[in-house]
Amino acid sequence: MEAILSFIHTNLQMFYIVILSIFLGIEVISRVPAVLHTPLMSGANAIHGVIIIGAIIVMGEADSGNYTALFLGFIAVIVGTLNVVGGFVVTDRMLEMFKSSKKK
Amino acid sequence: MIPSSILSVCYLIGSVTFIVGLKMLSHPETARRGNWLAAAGMVISILGTLFLYRHDGEHLHNYGWIAGGLVIGSVVGTMAARQVKMTAMPQMVSLFNGMGGLCAMLIAVIEFNRLLPEDASVTFAQVLESRQLSLYVLAILAGLVIGGVSFAGSVIAFGKLDGKISDRNFAGQQVVNMAVITAIAALSVYLICGDPRQPALIFYTVTFLSLFYGVLFVIPIGGADMPVVISLLNSFTGVATAFGGFLYDNQVMLTGGILVGSAGTILTIMMCKAMNRSIRNVLLGSFSATASGGPVSGGEQGNYKEIGLNDLAILMAYARKVMIVPGYGLAVAQAQHVCHEMEKLLRDKGVEVKYAIHPVAGRMPGHMNVLLAEANVSYDELLDLEPANDALATADVVLILGANDVVNTAAKNDPSSPIYGMPILEVGKAKAVVVNKRSMRPGYAGIDNALFSEPNTSMLFGDAKSVLQNLAGAIKEL
Repeated sequence: MEAILSFIHTNLQMFYIVILSIFLGIEVISRVPAVLHTPLMSGANAIHGVIIIGAIIVMGEADSGNYTALFLGFIAVIVGTLNVVGGFVVTDRMLEMFKSSKKK
Repeated sequence: MIPSSILSVCYLIGSVTFIVGLKMLSHPETARRGNWLAAAGMVISILGTLFLYRHDGEHLHNYGWIAGGLVIGSVVGTMAARQVKMTAMPQMVSLFNGMGGLCAMLIAVIEFNRLLPEDASVTFAQVLESRQLSLYVLAILAGLVIGGVSFAGSVIAFGKLDGKISDRNFAGQQVVNMAVITAIAALSVYLICGDPRQPALIFYTVTFLSLFYGVLFVIPIGGADMPVVISLLNSFTGVATAFGGFLYDNQVMLTGGILVGSAGTILTIMMCKAMNRSIRNVLLGSFSATASGGPVSGGEQGNYKEIGLNDLAILMAYARKVMIVPGYGLAVAQAQHVCHEMEKLLRDKGVEVKYAIHPVAGRMPGHMNVLLAEANVSYDELLDLEPANDALATADVVLILGANDVVNTAAKNDPSSPIYGMPILEVGKAKAVVVNKRSMRPGYAGIDNALFSEPNTSMLFGDAKSVLQNLAGAIKEL
């Protein structure tokens, strides 16, 4: 019990971020028209590609002699970048189609 | 200036752009700029990490590897995203999502390997205890399991949408799923608390089981529910990212991950609501589970009449009001441009033409809107479910282009049907209904459609694109 309490205490800031972010996520996309469900999902998909930062860090901290870590990290950077770049480009392509709707 | 304080500001900017970008993405006018705003925030965060990150005062190493990975990922990602056809968009999103999950999983594997004691005389538990790492391992495991499930699940979802993998379920699947989850949880607890002699072996078993669970999780779910599943897996990857953020005490990963996790969950619920299905039903794969009870047949159904092209051309050209119901068939045939051509011809003849868009027509919510917008169909001509149903009552002709389940009357009339309760476009209210399909085969959900044998329904078989081309020609000649 004490361990949990002290854990919460030392990471208090993180708990605040997590809880506020949860509510923010709910709030930000409530009342979105069905038309935008797919692009929104795709955009959110690109945003969680921020995992790439973790991949960069893990790669950058690996020993240059540790080939397993280097190889896995290299793959992680590639797939993370795929997630980010592909995600944003696909979303843009979907939204590009909505251009004509602006004229109304 | 201290690099780490600039980096903190970079991360702050990144977090804010994600929030604002997501907000902008939920409005049609600002969506595109929102997407680029989030992308800009992402670039700032990545560049900041590359050049300003310090750990115990040390720079990152291996810049060559990192740059190589970034370049390969960017080139392949851009090409894949640019070249994919509009119809294949959903599976592309699923695949990119899976890549994020894989990334989270690989990070967990590398981080775990760094924890393993090099000295054989030191046990894993001693390592954990000496450095207070139990919670750290918990975060690694969480990222591993969630990332693994998301990766394997997304790949299966990709395969299904691409038609490479079919639905499969077997008796007792729920039991097997529960057993796998229990095993993952038990092994994780043992790894952290039990001082195992072979921590790596346990860790890789958990890795394997997570991937296995991802496959089990998605494989029984019916194809029509795939968008919901992708959205759910999307929020999974968000949560895995957040655990990564916890691992590195990195705020932008934490906020970005949690934001996507919660927004993705809400989006999943909203998609379910649009189809009037509960998440529980979707996840238990009830499309396939109740299928045996419902009036399902894999073969063809009888009692329908056909209509000729010229007859239909006359019917439509002299109607007051024509409604077009597009579905996946239109998307597959890439017939959106021809469809717009035909619509303009009818309009020139003084016919009022509207499109009735079911929220889940096609393979994803909004799929039809995107397709028709590509063909420059005006936004005002697209009617959502409710206005469409009002308009259908006064329509003379309804032309259904490759849609099936969204107009299936069984959803209204037959409580034993797997799609019972899903709101449909009530095309039966119109004076005449014409259905264009490639054949009499049932739709994606695999259920017969009683609409086809209604007295005011006629069928017009053929590929949507060639049918519409010929139809447009016939209308022109009138």
